[in-house]
Amino acid sequence: MQVTSHVREPLVTNGKTWKDVTDDICRQVEGKPTTTWYIAMFISVLLFGYGTYCLYRTWWDGIGRWGLNKTVGWAWDITNFVWWVGIGHAGTLISAILLLFRQKWRTSINRAAEAMTIFAVFCAGSFILMHMGRTWLAYWALPLGNTFGSLWPNFNSPLVWDVFAISTYLTVSVVFWYIGLIPDLATIRDRAQNPISRFVYGILSFGWNGGAKDWQRYEAVSLVLAGVSTPLVLSVHTIVSFDFATSLIPGWHTTIFPPYFVAGAIFSGFAMVLTLMLVTRVVFKLEDYITMAHIESMNKIIMLTGSIVGVAYITEFFIAWYSGVEYEQYAFINRATGPYWWAYWSMMTCNVISPQLFWFKSVRRSIAATFILSIIVNIGMWFERFVIIVTSLHRDYLPSSWAYFSPTMYDIGDYIFSFGLFFTFFFLFAKFLPVINMAEVKAVLKSSGEKSSEGYGKVIHGVAQGTTAVPHHSPGKSDV
Amino acid sequence: MSAATNFLVGVYEDDDVIMQACADIRQQGVKIHEVYSPFPIHGIDPILGYKRSRLNVAAFMFGITGTIIAFSMQVIMMGYDWPMNIGGKPQVAVPSFVPVSFEMTILMASLGMVFTFLVVSGLGPGARKLVLDPRFSDDKFILAIDVDKNKLSMEDMANLLKRTGATEVSHKEVTA
Repeated sequence: MQVTSHVREPLVTNGKTWKDVTDDICRQVEGKPTTTWYIAMFISVLLFGYGTYCLYRTWWDGIGRWGLNKTVGWAWDITNFVWWVGIGHAGTLISAILLLFRQKWRTSINRAAEAMTIFAVFCAGSFILMHMGRTWLAYWALPLGNTFGSLWPNFNSPLVWDVFAISTYLTVSVVFWYIGLIPDLATIRDRAQNPISRFVYGILSFGWNGGAKDWQRYEAVSLVLAGVSTPLVLSVHTIVSFDFATSLIPGWHTTIFPPYFVAGAIFSGFAMVLTLMLVTRVVFKLEDYITMAHIESMNKIIMLTGSIVGVAYITEFFIAWYSGVEYEQYAFINRATGPYWWAYWSMMTCNVISPQLFWFKSVRRSIAATFILSIIVNIGMWFERFVIIVTSLHRDYLPSSWAYFSPTMYDIGDYIFSFGLFFTFFFLFAKFLPVINMAEVKAVLKSSGEKSSEGYGKVIHGVAQGTTAVPHHSPGKSDV
Repeated sequence: MSAATNFLVGVYEDDDVIMQACADIRQQGVKIHEVYSPFPIHGIDPILGYKRSRLNVAAFMFGITGTIIAFSMQVIMMGYDWPMNIGGKPQVAVPSFVPVSFEMTILMASLGMVFTFLVVSGLGPGARKLVLDPRFSDDKFILAIDVDKNKLSMEDMANLLKRTGATEVSHKEVTA
């Protein structure tokens, strides 16, 4: 049994009951889309359309459309890939790691964060496919028996590990998310007025009927999925960092990359969750479910991971000096003072200095400040990957091959494509699926709702008195 | 053949009440068919006499299968089927095979466990499990008793449900 302190802020405010939870969250699924939704969707589809055109040119003509040159062979493609994968870490972190740590505040944000994770991994995957140039040969990365004399992928390569890591991560995230959706889809099915939505949500809900035995299995599955997702989420960004760390390029060949990348991923992922949730809670009027307490908790995590990232930057610089390797030293001095100084200092300002503002409670609890900082953090994290990738490459060992990378409209267009993809999927999700996990919020309502101190449900409890005396089984109120 | 099953359905308003009710009803020697609720009721499994789920064992077995498949796949491909000489380094490079083995372990454990869960619980696209009262998915807790499997009269059991806190009691016939 878990005891929740009375000092803690309630996770759901305004004395919501179970019925209110159902009504408030189903409302946006059942009602007609609002004008705001149509406008948002229109903009997303527009970006998606323009991005698709740029992507089509990139595929038709080849990646020569990008601003790459002989020296800088990886630029925006891999930057965007790592950036999106990083963003895609928050969902699983919230639903898995916070579940293991029994952090109840995750219940009202996990659904949207997991959805965001899945869409971010789609975007990341699309950059891997673009980056291959000849996307139609992507299956070469898989260990398929083939006609080339059973030639297999090289399992010593981190790029092959990445194929396994990203596809496993995507699959497990989708499964985890969907299992969590089943009880809520049943709620929508049971409330549905028109036969079409009853039929569609009926199929999607897998016939769920909320039986106690099914709930028991459901919880066992959730717990094990959380247990395996936790090392999975850490392994994914570790393997992404191996793409760089196992190379011999000064600036990439760094042993602290795995933890440094994982911290950065959580940092940017939480920032993206905040950006989206701050908008969602206003548009869907969910202020009672995504409260100031949630925002503050997330800001604290951003502050912590931002500080880890800051320490990592400084450590890297120190080790470059301490190693005595002149190539390594040059790579770092060049980052800060060379032609890409502006990218380096944007990264330092956005990632190291800005999250430190969250030490102030007034900043942590200000919606405007949180919103602005969440965007700044993601800009900073994009620059981090750009700095790592491009500044390490652009000055090769021979000064004759030094070069500068400038993006073309196709670099930018393909990036816009990913935004279009991400937001189109996110808005579709927000309209057609419950953005908050109703079953989980209902489960914590008694212990963490605003009425918990008054003893929600105690009134009815009295009815049970007077029956045969049996040892009262204490309700194990935990959310696992 | 009697195709119909008689259910006595009690509707409760609170999870703690229904948990106490289950204990009381079982104390009277009445068998409970199932309890349906909008969210998991913690602590109800021992009261209803449910044993711990063994799904985690299934997950472990699937996981270990994934490890073995992935590891042996890499050893066979890299070491025997098409060995490559990369700077004279060992062909069966065990540390290099750890990440893929790990990912496949997780993948097999998750998919295998979820698949097992869906099969044993009879869930799946298009499945229709028995819903005695659709309010289970909103804010009501439903207790179902299979009348024919109990010795007590329907009236006695209905009274028992009311006495333990059910706000509504109804009789439902379900044709299988």
